[in-house]
Amino acid sequence: MTAVGDPERTSAFGPPSTSAITHGDDAVISVTGLRMRYGPKDVLQGLDFTVQAGEVLALLGPNGAGKSTTIEILEGFRLPSAGIVQVLGADPATAGERWRAEIGVVLQSWRDHANWRVREVLAHFGSFYLPYARPGRPRPFDLDELLALVRLDGQAGQRVGSLSGGQRRRLDVAIGIVGRPQLLFLDEPTAGFDPQARREFHELVHRLADVDGTTILLTTHDLAEAEKLADRILILAGGRIVADGSAEALAREVAGRTEVRWSRGGERFVHATDDATGFVRRLLTEPGEEVGDLEVRRATLEDTYMEIVRRQEIAQQTAAEEAR
Amino acid sequence: MSARTGEPPLRMSPAVPLRLGLTRGWIAFRGMITSREGIMQNLIWNLVPLAVLILNRNSALPGLDVSVSASLLPGLLALGIVFSVMGTGYYLTSEREDGTLLRAKALPHGMTAYVVGLATVAVLDTVASLLVVLLPGMFIAPGVPVGSALLWLGVLGYLLLGLLACLPLGILVGSLVQSPRTIGGLGFFGTMGLAVLSGLFFPVQALWGWVQVLVQALPLYWLAIGMRSVFLPAEAAALEVGGSWRTPLGIVVLLVWAAVGLALGPVLLRRMARRESGSAVEARRQQAMQRT
Repeated sequence: MTAVGDPERTSAFGPPSTSAITHGDDAVISVTGLRMRYGPKDVLQGLDFTVQAGEVLALLGPNGAGKSTTIEILEGFRLPSAGIVQVLGADPATAGERWRAEIGVVLQSWRDHANWRVREVLAHFGSFYLPYARPGRPRPFDLDELLALVRLDGQAGQRVGSLSGGQRRRLDVAIGIVGRPQLLFLDEPTAGFDPQARREFHELVHRLADVDGTTILLTTHDLAEAEKLADRILILAGGRIVADGSAEALAREVAGRTEVRWSRGGERFVHATDDATGFVRRLLTEPGEEVGDLEVRRATLEDTYMEIVRRQEIAQQTAAEEAR
Repeated sequence: MSARTGEPPLRMSPAVPLRLGLTRGWIAFRGMITSREGIMQNLIWNLVPLAVLILNRNSALPGLDVSVSASLLPGLLALGIVFSVMGTGYYLTSEREDGTLLRAKALPHGMTAYVVGLATVAVLDTVASLLVVLLPGMFIAPGVPVGSALLWLGVLGYLLLGLLACLPLGILVGSLVQSPRTIGGLGFFGTMGLAVLSGLFFPVQALWGWVQVLVQALPLYWLAIGMRSVFLPAEAAALEVGGSWRTPLGIVVLLVWAAVGLALGPVLLRRMARRESGSAVEARRQQAMQRT
């Protein structure tokens, strides 16, 4: 396991701050010391994190950071090299069919089931969950409701092969949730979506999280999407978790400071501060010329992300040079 | 497991995945034969054997009162069974490539249902292609004992034996081969070559000894000779190796192949299923995209 004293993790923005969340009874996912090795390459170098019931967690990170590997281990599709993984109280590597019935996976389809009709696919996939229905927990999803939810009600009788790219991705989502899972995995769910489809998809995720209490783990490249959807963001870089917290917490911790811009007497000023409110109050009450063009700009998740990944790359380079 | 729900363990009848698999097979088969490509494929593939029968209907086997087309019909039926089964191997590799299998893996009891579904498609497909050749073929080829119950029992028996012997093999090959295009190309020409060497079109005695030994170790030869024994009069056995249909030996060879396939099948399928993941599918997709 990576020690807490690991330099990249303790420097600058401290240890993963929200690990204050304990491995309580509510943890739907808990991961300790997760490592993955392909030949000589360490893809995951000791991950520790938990996800609480009802939480929406986004995994962010550059390509090759290990996001997909992590999600595939949690889905039970891949065996880790080391570490303890508990998902819904079981080890995904050995969990049985009943566990599987609680997990929803949104896969990127390509041309599978091309000859099936949309409704046939959903009805068939849904029927796998029927034996797991309980009073008070109806499963699978009502087909008409589900079709309307992903806006495919007009395509119910169409062959899957004739759907547009966006419609197909919405079908992927529908297949992922048809069993009303407790936990849903979404790997790059909106890749290739147009802005409207993206917005509709975001509404759907909110609905699943808020109304059905589904715990959701998603990976994405889209920072705005992570910010919009996720209660909490994990940033993965070089096979480690380099940041863990809400979008605001990360922005505060890393880019840290809010930028205040103003003009006075025809001159423009910029000041970075941790306490923008206090600073602005003092600024406005200062005697002297009138303050104009006041602008307070909080660091965006993008700033934060860039900064974190930059630091990670520097740390890696330094480590590589020291090793030499 | 599932301690959080606090429910008693669920007892699931094994009939559930079986039923799901049968449904899956039926929907897939129906989707396939009603799609444009499906119709075209069936037309083309079944016109060829019928054309062969029509062209040979007026010539007779040397020294026998049996028409050449009647002697070819049983072999064509055997070949049809083997082709359908090879098609199953093709579906399996292409469904691995396109992520169908991964979808099955994400469902509770999905893999069992998937394999049952695959076998269901294979059986339906085999029966359909058999009937498409057999029904018109009976009227094209003179001298087929259409009214004999023995003929129909024999056809049914060898159809079942052929499926048992070849279907697990087709699925095995499908689980081992990486690319569907390998099966589409190599498999097709390989099977056609094997058909030529297996006495489907002329007696195997015309070939070298080692080829005779080789083809007699494989199921196609025995499936074809078994079918001939059902369709042709007893005196036609004179053309076979040893002048006999060797029915008991044929049945044993086919059953041995069935046993091999059924024993290895689950092991290899489990191995194949274990390796499925989103990134594995993605990697295959990238490869397939590069090729086109």
